[in-house]
Amino acid sequence: MSAELTLGPNLFHWPAQQKLDFYNRIADESPVGTVYLGEVICSKRTPFFEKELDSVAERLERAGKKVVYCSLSEVVIKRERNLLREWAEQEGRDLEVNNTAALLYLKNRPHRIGGLLNVYNEETMAYLAGEGATHFALLPELPRSVIEALGVRARQLGVGLEVQVFGRGSLALSARCYHARAHERTKDNCQFVCEEDPDGMTLNTMDDQPFLAINGIQTLSYGYLDLMSDMADMRALGVTHFRVMPHTCDMIAVTRLFDDVLQGRMDAEEGEAKLRELGIDAPFINGFYHGAAGDAWVSPVAAVPA
Amino acid sequence: MIKPELICPAGTPAALRSAVDAGADAVYCGFQNATNARNFTGLNFTVPELEKSVAYAHERGTKVLITLNTFPPAGKFDLWKEAVDNCARLGVDAIIVADIAVAHYAKTHHPDLRIHLSVQAAASSPEAITYYVKEFGVKRIVLPRIMTVSEIRGLVEEIPCEVETFIFGNHGLMVEGRCSLTNYATGLSTNMDGACSPAACVKYERDADDNMSTKLCDYTIDRFGPNETAGYPTICKGRYKCDARDGGYYAFEEPISLNASDMLPELINAGVHAFKIEGRQRSRAYVKKVVAAFREAVDSIMAGQEPKLADLVALTEGQKQTEGALKTKKWR
Amino acid sequence: MTTAPHSSRAAGGRGGFPFLPPLPLFLLNPILKRVVHKIAADNPDMFDRLGQHRHAYFLIDPVDVPLMLYLRPDPEALDFRAVGRRRAPPPHIARISGKFLDLLTLMDTEQDGDALFFSRDLIVTGDTEAVVCLRNALDDVEEPIAESVAAMFGAPGKMALNSLRRMAENAQKRKEAK
Repeated sequence: MSAELTLGPNLFHWPAQQKLDFYNRIADESPVGTVYLGEVICSKRTPFFEKELDSVAERLERAGKKVVYCSLSEVVIKRERNLLREWAEQEGRDLEVNNTAALLYLKNRPHRIGGLLNVYNEETMAYLAGEGATHFALLPELPRSVIEALGVRARQLGVGLEVQVFGRGSLALSARCYHARAHERTKDNCQFVCEEDPDGMTLNTMDDQPFLAINGIQTLSYGYLDLMSDMADMRALGVTHFRVMPHTCDMIAVTRLFDDVLQGRMDAEEGEAKLRELGIDAPFINGFYHGAAGDAWVSPVAAVPA
Repeated sequence: MIKPELICPAGTPAALRSAVDAGADAVYCGFQNATNARNFTGLNFTVPELEKSVAYAHERGTKVLITLNTFPPAGKFDLWKEAVDNCARLGVDAIIVADIAVAHYAKTHHPDLRIHLSVQAAASSPEAITYYVKEFGVKRIVLPRIMTVSEIRGLVEEIPCEVETFIFGNHGLMVEGRCSLTNYATGLSTNMDGACSPAACVKYERDADDNMSTKLCDYTIDRFGPNETAGYPTICKGRYKCDARDGGYYAFEEPISLNASDMLPELINAGVHAFKIEGRQRSRAYVKKVVAAFREAVDSIMAGQEPKLADLVALTEGQKQTEGALKTKKWR
Repeated sequence: MTTAPHSSRAAGGRGGFPFLPPLPLFLLNPILKRVVHKIAADNPDMFDRLGQHRHAYFLIDPVDVPLMLYLRPDPEALDFRAVGRRRAPPPHIARISGKFLDLLTLMDTEQDGDALFFSRDLIVTGDTEAVVCLRNALDDVEEPIAESVAAMFGAPGKMALNSLRRMAENAQKRKEAK
């Protein structure tokens, strides 16, 4: 079965120009097949890139990429509910759902399930597929055994199965903005301080050990997921798409390395070594997939599946 | 005006009896396995214990609700099916579910079994709630602790099911059901294994100056000075450092408990159908005191009297209480 | 595993043991043995909640009392005895420290353990899970354990318990008045 590298939604609040430059380079130089666009984390950020979104999408499509629009993950207040409704009602775009509210609008219309929606088992997958879901991006915390069972059902249902293989993993969402809180502001008066941390704000423990990364209402892992060495195994389990998340490091290099390994042009060991030469200032982690604590790095050699 | 039901926690059969005797309208509890989100050692009910407990409660006119509020990981769905089947067989008054497939299984196999949507389903908008009502016939939603009273009032008018709100207890800040912080640090998942900061991964260390450090596996998630009150050993109640702050600060929330006792009249006016007290992991002493206090308060309000509220602050986390999001959206 | 340091915030300091002059251990231990066997016989289900932790040794440390209690809640090999403070405590999986009256009211199901923990009046070191498990098991015992123990000693036992409870209440009031 073919395997495709994808670029997940940018979770962070980058200035519009930085985002434009980023996606232009992705269009020109990156081997990813699908690009997910749209503000997933904070409704207050939405206006900053709204105007550019469609032109960026067209630019990426001209470069041969498939474009998918993502929904917000937290939908509570009126403004967010309106945004979600408009988003769900748009025509002519592939849509990826990150909040259950969108399922009300998209029932019996083709849609994708995003990596922030709770799909933990094959029965939930089958139920959602029965209502129009065609593609499932999985939660970062799922272990191999769960992905294996989902892979079997995904093949039977004929739906796509996508796993995040690079970047900080989403661990929690909140109604409260922790970026604003760190700067002693409220969410309503945040002054978009999250813009200061384009890869998230590091939280250290009282012992000065880096632990988590804050991105507005989202809490991410401090470590960067790196499942490069596990991609071949995942393919065998039925994973069809491999998601790399945008960060400020050299994403052209990152996506090329992952694609080279995925398509068999480079062995994983070499790819892993080259990934470590990119100067990413955080540890790599793969514990969730190997059934360990998420922050762990389980040596891929020791982790040959039984 | 609807008289709201008082929904009370029980971690053991003895606690259930205490809650019933203290005036609970309904008691909620779970099985001794991963099907519920308080899957702690020594806590919860075996099937025979539940059978006896349901009899005890029903003889006294109290309902029993069963929490099946975790997410079955692929390959283990049978454990949740069995739990739903047992609930139906034992004649419990409702199940509280979070997972779509668990709700679907209950609806198709036990159409008479009443379904409540757990806070773990994170349904925080009329659209999300309506989805669950339409798909699975959900009769009641347990609201996330993130809405103001006026937002709740608006919601009650918009949705086709009953509303239950938390009024006392642990004040979790992450969207419940969307948090894998515990799994990141410990390898056990709150959603799949039913454990947030499992005790087996928690260590308390004291130094010579009587400071106490709370460790969750490798991480020091808080350190208390000799005169500071303590909180639960959960990541979201810990103290951390970041560049924007000098020294440690509560990055998510300080150790504090929700206490909405002063807002009960407003919540009743908003049309809330049920008040929930958190704390299945707490002792019988807690259950007895908190349930009795809120029983008296709700009865007084319904009788048009000024509610007398016992001081419950000693039972709160960090011995601090808040009205949380109910009072103001500044809380966000 | 960690052990509690010698200084203890939970230590009351003044007054010492409020109730009895310390009995010599050789007199006290047969009584404790009777107590624990009675509780075990009356509450056989309690051990199911303990699971694997029933084989563990717990050190119960009433910081204002000249001795500590050593407990293995194993129905096949029950052990409950007092140990002196002069020597290092015997090996234990976890240590529970607090004032005698707080520990008593905890057993009496009048106090909430989490609340005592929040106020730093109860200190747990070692295997936290084992302690939580023991707490849950004891909390499911219907007849308060302190009551059952007192009843074993007839009217004097009940009188003693009542006077202890009064002391605990007074101590609580003093604390709240601060």
